[in-house]
Amino acid sequence: MQTRKKYIFLTFLASWLLLFFFGGDQLRRFGFFSKRKAEARRNWPRWTDRSLLKSFADPEELQSDGDPSLPSPQAQRAARLSVYKNSRCRMETCFDFSRCEKHGFKVFTYPRERDQPLSESYGKILTSIERSRYYTPNPEEACLFILSIDTLDRDHLSGQYVRNVDEKIRSFPLWNGGRNHLIFNLYSGTWPNYTEDLGFDIGQAILAKASFYTKSFRPGFDISIPLFSKDHPQRGGERGWLYQDSIPPKKKYLLVFKGKRYLTGIGSGTRNALHHIHNGKDIVSLTTCKHGKDWEKHKDVRCDKDNVDYEKFDYQELLHNSTFCIVPRGRRLGSFRFLEALQAACIPVLLSDGWELPFAEAIDWGKAAVVGNERLLLQIPSTVRCIHPERVLAFQQQTQFLWDAYFSSVDKIVHTTLEIIKDRLLPHRSRSRFLWNTLPGGLLALPDFSTHLGDFPFYYLQHGSSPSEKFTAFIRAVSLACSLSQPILRLIQAVSESQYCAQILVLWSCEKPPPPSRKWPQTAVPLTIIQGRRKLSDRFFPYTAIQTDAVLSLDEHTSLSTSEVDFAFVVWRSFPERIVGFPTRSHFWDAEQRRWGYTSKWTNELSIVLTAAAFYHRYPAGEGPAGWGARPHPAPPPRSLPRYYHSLFTEYLPAGLRELVDGLAACEDILMNVLVAAVTKLPPIKVTQQKQHKETVPQQVKGTAGAAGSRRFTQRQDCLNQLADWFGYMPLVSSQLRLDPVLFKDQVSVLRKKYPRLEKP
Amino acid sequence: IMCASAKYNTRGPALIPRMKTKHRIYYITLFSIVLLGLIATGMFQFWPHSIESSSDWTVEKRSVHDVPVVKLPTDSPIPERGDLSCRMHTCFDVYRCGFNPKNKIKVYIYSLKKYVDEYGTSVSNTISREYNELLTAISDSEFYTDDVNRACLFVPSIDVLNQNVLRIKETAQALAQLSRWDRGTNHLLFNMLPGGPPDYNTALDVPRDRALLAGGGFSTWTYRQGYDVSIPVYSPLSGEVDLPERGPGPRRYFILSSQMALHPEYRSELEALQVENGESVLILDKCTNLSDGIPAVRKRCHKNQVFDYPQVLQESTFCVVLRGARLGQAVLSDVLQAGCVPVIIADSYILPFSEVLDWKRASVVIPEEKMPEMYSILQSVPQRQIEEMQRQARWFWEAYFRSMKAIALATLQIINDRIYPYAAISYEEWNDPPAVKWSSVSNPLFLPLIPPQSQGFTAIVLTYDRVESLFRVITEVSKVPSLSKLLVVWNNQNKNPPEDSLWPKIRVPLKVVRTAENKLSNRFFPYDEIETEAVLAIDDDIIMLTSDELQFGYEVWREFPDRLVGYPGRLHLWDHEMNKWKYESEWTNEVSMVLTGAAFYHKYFNYLYTYKMPGDIKNWVDAHMNCEDIAMNFLVANVTGKSVIKVTPRKKFKCPECTAIDGLSLDQTHMVERSECINKFASVFGTMPLKVVEHRADPVLYKDDFPEKLKSFPNIGSL
Repeated sequence: MQTRKKYIFLTFLASWLLLFFFGGDQLRRFGFFSKRKAEARRNWPRWTDRSLLKSFADPEELQSDGDPSLPSPQAQRAARLSVYKNSRCRMETCFDFSRCEKHGFKVFTYPRERDQPLSESYGKILTSIERSRYYTPNPEEACLFILSIDTLDRDHLSGQYVRNVDEKIRSFPLWNGGRNHLIFNLYSGTWPNYTEDLGFDIGQAILAKASFYTKSFRPGFDISIPLFSKDHPQRGGERGWLYQDSIPPKKKYLLVFKGKRYLTGIGSGTRNALHHIHNGKDIVSLTTCKHGKDWEKHKDVRCDKDNVDYEKFDYQELLHNSTFCIVPRGRRLGSFRFLEALQAACIPVLLSDGWELPFAEAIDWGKAAVVGNERLLLQIPSTVRCIHPERVLAFQQQTQFLWDAYFSSVDKIVHTTLEIIKDRLLPHRSRSRFLWNTLPGGLLALPDFSTHLGDFPFYYLQHGSSPSEKFTAFIRAVSLACSLSQPILRLIQAVSESQYCAQILVLWSCEKPPPPSRKWPQTAVPLTIIQGRRKLSDRFFPYTAIQTDAVLSLDEHTSLSTSEVDFAFVVWRSFPERIVGFPTRSHFWDAEQRRWGYTSKWTNELSIVLTAAAFYHRYPAGEGPAGWGARPHPAPPPRSLPRYYHSLFTEYLPAGLRELVDGLAACEDILMNVLVAAVTKLPPIKVTQQKQHKETVPQQVKGTAGAAGSRRFTQRQDCLNQLADWFGYMPLVSSQLRLDPVLFKDQVSVLRKKYPRLEKP
Repeated sequence: IMCASAKYNTRGPALIPRMKTKHRIYYITLFSIVLLGLIATGMFQFWPHSIESSSDWTVEKRSVHDVPVVKLPTDSPIPERGDLSCRMHTCFDVYRCGFNPKNKIKVYIYSLKKYVDEYGTSVSNTISREYNELLTAISDSEFYTDDVNRACLFVPSIDVLNQNVLRIKETAQALAQLSRWDRGTNHLLFNMLPGGPPDYNTALDVPRDRALLAGGGFSTWTYRQGYDVSIPVYSPLSGEVDLPERGPGPRRYFILSSQMALHPEYRSELEALQVENGESVLILDKCTNLSDGIPAVRKRCHKNQVFDYPQVLQESTFCVVLRGARLGQAVLSDVLQAGCVPVIIADSYILPFSEVLDWKRASVVIPEEKMPEMYSILQSVPQRQIEEMQRQARWFWEAYFRSMKAIALATLQIINDRIYPYAAISYEEWNDPPAVKWSSVSNPLFLPLIPPQSQGFTAIVLTYDRVESLFRVITEVSKVPSLSKLLVVWNNQNKNPPEDSLWPKIRVPLKVVRTAENKLSNRFFPYDEIETEAVLAIDDDIIMLTSDELQFGYEVWREFPDRLVGYPGRLHLWDHEMNKWKYESEWTNEVSMVLTGAAFYHKYFNYLYTYKMPGDIKNWVDAHMNCEDIAMNFLVANVTGKSVIKVTPRKKFKCPECTAIDGLSLDQTHMVERSECINKFASVFGTMPLKVVEHRADPVLYKDDFPEKLKSFPNIGSL
């Protein structure tokens, strides 16, 4: 080693000496020259008279840009209405906003006709709409109309192609040139050109179409939707396949493709070239020539070998084991593999020039996919290799979020479409791109509640803010006795002594009026009594009186100490998006009965926190400023649920189930827990409790506690199962932990402990 | 293929054999450089030195009037009109841009010429002050190239900012004779005032074929989405008037309209609003009786009251920006500068840089039809959101409106992002004001995932030579059901690890990694051998943790995979006397750190620790042989914004502080050093990221009156 080092050093020295002797002169010149060269980088000149140059416009002209000879704004708007029609439609010229003012955003579906063929997919779309909170059976109220004619497949060679659509729609009295109509389409055009033609005149209708080509897309008017198969679930939907975040992404393959190679015709340009990037190692790009009946006619030299290789790999296996998936155009621009890759957390590498990406008006695809260029196919391998591992990790997580938020079921696809349209109606009450592209996503962050990020429980960290430092206690008094019992007085006292308590609200749901104010305890914080109706879900009533982010929900029978409240609130501030509470319950899968079980027994796990004593963010229970227009609630919503909760509730739950939940007093907690878990995908949090919480038994059933208790229990179990059935999965998540104060039951002097009272037996 | 950035070293920390190779490569490189140098010098002797006779460009002192004159024959070709169907994939030649590691497009600027028609009359003003500023900015930017052959984008020096001061046909002819015109492919024109009477087109009327247009005042019908760029109409007032940023909050007026020459119909609608809502609405107009010498643009009047413009804009919460003859209005820039929230009333207007800027966060858009409802609409905006919009508005102005340079660079960046979408600037970078960027965190593990239990965890034991104690730790840890692999990091270079046969026999794979240097950071290296997400870092003398405690720790980590989940907790405190941070290990009611002598965390943080640790912290830790755990706590808290989770009750650790380092005791100097670390790290991070919490995690039934044998984790907290 040493000798070699010396040798190298000597050579090095010698070379420099040589260089100095022979090249010295040139070197100096070189130095001089390079200096000249730097000077000679021909930059834009610094003109000597640049300060004398005139401005591009006269300041006054800039400040008063008017022309008195122009027609009045109203006349201009009218002129635009007549000019910008059909292929040049925009919301302001082709959509009648006035229809949405009176009744809000209501969607009407044409009655289905018996003899009309209806594909499975279109049936699902109609079902989604009919179950949505925006549905109305009354065309008078409607803002948006959906045809019952199946327009999904407009390839006239297809069996599902519906003929004479033009004639049919012209006979509809509501058609009105397509104004305020929304038309869904998955396939347009046919061999050989696959044009964007639908085979009928859509007029001024909004088109929600898969494989949209930018040229025919009317920006801000049409909506690009993803292509989905007829097996796509109606609701719920499978979750994504990403179970772990690993860095570097330890997948077997870097980039994969397996699909048809078109030998001729539209789309063959890209598909024909895909095999070039195959390296057999970490990049697998397999094509087959076999498609259509007469593929052998166009067969080329590669076909035989390619067809053999093609069979060696399994598409699903590739999907599971690759970091990136090529999603090239097919005959049309979109393909099933787009959603497949998204679900598989295989980052889509899009090679589909001119494809208006699904929901691009809302979704920032740059965060979840690599938008490639068909012409630069050969650069793709090096491009994806150069993407940082951290970025890959972020891409993967984003694919999962988007899949779960907008694509995993027909319901989500349809609702996303509707919400995008709804956002256009009132631009000032619409979601910012941030809300669409951040967890939990646009369908769960309702702009009716607020458009301010700080009002939601999800964005504190990204927003650089923190939850409120005070809470509002909300006590519900429903006892039949209708007097101030000892427990409630003690509770008010305990809560009001908490240093974090801002106000106490008591909901008095009694026949009798509440006792006069002198009978209530004197508290350091404002105490407000609200008279309410006798309904359990009153708890979530949109009381504008709640002024803090945090709400402590309590029952009159709850027994809590100030320490417990203090500690629980401090914990909640670390987990503002979750329910933080004391008594808990859990759910489990009952394999024997093949249904979900519910238990109130002591278990090692928990998934439900009872709302008889729990902190949560006002968001799920709060009320935002007035929503769309002044929506006159036909009858004030039958359920006195808060707006956000209400909208989630009515959006997700079918009317039948909704009534059931409403009728079953026992379901309230479960519903709240299920909804919050569906939004956060996280379990609730249990905190230390001094004494075991007494199950709140409504007084009227006290006498027959046994029977009523078991009936109540069955009800809750039924409720759980119906909710799981509706969601298509079980949103509840279990937790194995409880949060205690740091020194809880440690062997130190109680004097050192901040919450000594929690340890009293 | 070389990637500029992605370097992920998957091998262990500098292993000895690799050092040799590294050196050899180093010598070879040096040697070849010398050789190349020799060859190059030799070649220079024979190289024609023509380049030295440099072009006229280097002549510094020149006036715009000295530029060459080009005569345009009347019949010289005119480009086609703009093609409305153009998109990047149809009209843009992406091959000119190529793949380059920097992911930057190259922009060429044509040299300035003066164009005259056959009769010698000039076609337009040579160049405006603003266009000159714009071209200077491009020329000074990273995008610029002076090599026309390497350029991806071409910017003509023909000034078309204002359509009204040029002759349309002749300007088009001038464009067509540019050396690389080629139907306008990859050419970028900047225009702020398009159209003219009587129809006021919303895009530049100069025929331009396939050229991209960066235009101010596009409507949705003329804007080719994803091809054109919508830019602001620059307000030269920005350069003249310095409006200091005003803190957000309520202002004197609620709504203000400052535009002159509004259409009477709009004005009457605004005045109706004023009548309805009184003092809080202020409608200004041009002053009619100003004394001479006062520029009319700097004053506005309401009846007889005179207001300074643009200062008056700072007095209002919302400022109306109505369409004039054109859609783009210079007043938008003034309004943003004043931190007033623009209320945009211009149907079909494409807002500046709307491809990347989220205008919903900085403005309120109201359809023209809804103008009478403006007041109630604006009142429904929550106060806190208004304040944020005010900040956001000012930030948009500072970043994208304030100068021609800002406008030019934002435009080029947008085009750059289209060509290299995988290297594009993110939404947050475009939209978040510096204060938000500074205070917000974007958790790299943002997806709420509860990793499957079956994956298990990898235990990493850092050891030097305490073999006996190490073997006990291995035996204890191997009892934990979810352990899937055990990795021993042998940090002693002078001694070989014991022979294979001497190691305890355990049910999971056991790997020994030898390190090149005795460094503490070896504990946090993302070894390839770690195949699970969860890592348990454990010192070679932590033998008192029970299997239940460790298993429970893992379960807690699964519920909080983006946090440090550990056993002994520590706290940082602000020492008011000394005015600095202090380290606390006493029995406290709060925790802000957990020691990594026994802690679970995500493998990702190993990657961050090794490759992304800010400043010189890593070296500092290795040099001081201390505080690697504090550094890890800082790193995780800083990147996630979340607190640690301490699990299970406090128990007697033999000497938790001194586990990693031999011979260091829990004395005062040690505590002082730990405090030093906190202060040092806080200054490197520029903030104190640690979060203080008052809770720890215990099993659901911990200490509950319930049969122990039915509890999942009965053996917790035994001393």
